[in-house]
Amino acid sequence: MLGLLASVLDGLLIGAVYGLASMGITLIWGVMDVVNLTHGAMIVAGMFGVYLLAGAAGVPAYATLPIVLVGGFLVGVALYWIAVHRVIGQPPLMSLLATFSVNLVLVGLGTAAWGTDLFNVPVSLPGFSLGRYTFPGTHLMAAALTGVIALALYLFLYRTRLGKAVRAVSGNREAAGLVGIPTSRVLALAFGLGVALASVAGMLIATMFPFTVLSGEAYQLKSFVVTVLGGLGNPTGALLAGLALGLLEGLTTPFIPVSWTLVIEFVLFVLVLISVPGGLPTLLRRRRSA
Amino acid sequence: MSILRRPFFWIIAAVIVVFAFAPRVGNNIELRESLLLAAVYITLASNINMILGYAGYVNFGSIVFFGLGGYFSVWLMSAHAWALPAALVAGAIAVSALALVFGLGILRLRGVYFALSTIGVNEAVMAFVANFGPWGGSTGIYLSPELFKPLGGPAQALWVIYYLLVALMGASLYLSYAVKRSKFGLGLLAIGQNEDAATMLGVPAPRYKAIVYSLSAFLPAIAGGLYFFKSAYIQPPDAFDLNLSTETIVVAMLGGQGTVAGPALGAFLYEELRGWLLTSETFSHFQLVVAGVLLLTIVLFAPGGLMGLLYRLWPRLRSFLE
Repeated sequence: MLGLLASVLDGLLIGAVYGLASMGITLIWGVMDVVNLTHGAMIVAGMFGVYLLAGAAGVPAYATLPIVLVGGFLVGVALYWIAVHRVIGQPPLMSLLATFSVNLVLVGLGTAAWGTDLFNVPVSLPGFSLGRYTFPGTHLMAAALTGVIALALYLFLYRTRLGKAVRAVSGNREAAGLVGIPTSRVLALAFGLGVALASVAGMLIATMFPFTVLSGEAYQLKSFVVTVLGGLGNPTGALLAGLALGLLEGLTTPFIPVSWTLVIEFVLFVLVLISVPGGLPTLLRRRRSA
Repeated sequence: MSILRRPFFWIIAAVIVVFAFAPRVGNNIELRESLLLAAVYITLASNINMILGYAGYVNFGSIVFFGLGGYFSVWLMSAHAWALPAALVAGAIAVSALALVFGLGILRLRGVYFALSTIGVNEAVMAFVANFGPWGGSTGIYLSPELFKPLGGPAQALWVIYYLLVALMGASLYLSYAVKRSKFGLGLLAIGQNEDAATMLGVPAPRYKAIVYSLSAFLPAIAGGLYFFKSAYIQPPDAFDLNLSTETIVVAMLGGQGTVAGPALGAFLYEELRGWLLTSETFSHFQLVVAGVLLLTIVLFAPGGLMGLLYRLWPRLRSFLE
């Protein structure tokens, strides 16, 4: 019983980070109807950011967070102007392909530079013991930092003028433009934020698990599952869905082989897409109104 | 036979003949292998073009058909000792039927939602196959070299496989051409431009979409069977490689989605370029980078692809190159 509890709690800790990663995808989707297929590459960029800064430059692992955040933001804004701006408002095929092609370039460059070797960032943090089980300190720290970042994002979107502009553009781009909001710049800002969230998630994942240049794909797919569960375009939903997915993983690992969890997750993903495209929030709302 | 009077029919025929005889000159094995890959790319690209270019639905997971086709036929040959042709056809029928079932589900989605679900289908199938005992789980299936005997030994078998793939490429081009000229194809193009308007005008959109999804699975499934018969083994990451899936989209876009000749042209050029990049010392690591830059340039500046450019340069080309 205690084993199951421990597994569930650890699942939730990791789920929080899945949620953080997915908030990036969902924010971009909500604001500009673009599915950011560079997401995985940006997660990997965050991983290598902390690896290089902590390994080569000797910065303490968690102190790299602000650097990764700002770096991710700048990269995101640049990407917006290079690859995304021209395809805003075009059929989804175009934005999917534009971001996908950037992903190819980044993955190609990454593989050329680092090959496909396994890397890890050694972080020593005391864990928290519960009977026979110990929760790694890195998992606790990652979940705590996720909470802080999610709160900061919430405050930004709901309590600042700029955040309100982002939400206005998300609601109706043309109307926002008519009342004098510089929509293109707001879109660039939102894209930058989304990428910054992805790279910070990558940085936190790197402190917990080993990674390769190609790890991004797996986390990107996981982010899709989470994003769809949480409802595309809904950051709070993404965090909840991330926790739900972590819970699911925690609940199933003691009982079935880990390789089957992927099958469950993707079947769930397709079923949710088909039956409740709004994800968990719609389901909850429906329940409440019924 | 009015179709025999169309120049494009004969252009396709000429391409097939060139593919069939070029490597025979001087028994050029290197050329054969390069053209074999080109034929596979052309088959995949022409088939994805029917759903991507005609109906406007982005299928990121089209490789699932190729992989499943490979798995079905390799499994039938190794576990049930079926002959190659029977295994290929049975595999393709099974995959098409499966595609129809998947299609009826996920084709209710549109745009980005559909695109994401195709990735989900591919990953779900791959994760399932990696756990599926009868298909060897994550180790896959290995074929015994004995299976090459009925085709006259390994050397002869490679030629047979090559000719079959070239035939498949020809079949894909003719299929893609026939669909485009048919009422069905017109319906698909209407769906691609505006699905709601098409439905209002009486195009049975759900049925057409499911049919084209299933149809675009058939020939790639056979190609998968042949491809993995040639390599004599099949494993989940090779069979359901999302990169190959997206490369297929790249080549269709490069040539010009929605045209018949475009995807073939794009596939051929891409394969030649890839072969050149892989052998070049400097660029062998940058294959993906080149593909990415190429795709981004097309998407941002020439959404019509090569065919779009050619049509703009020589508008008369439209009358015989479709």
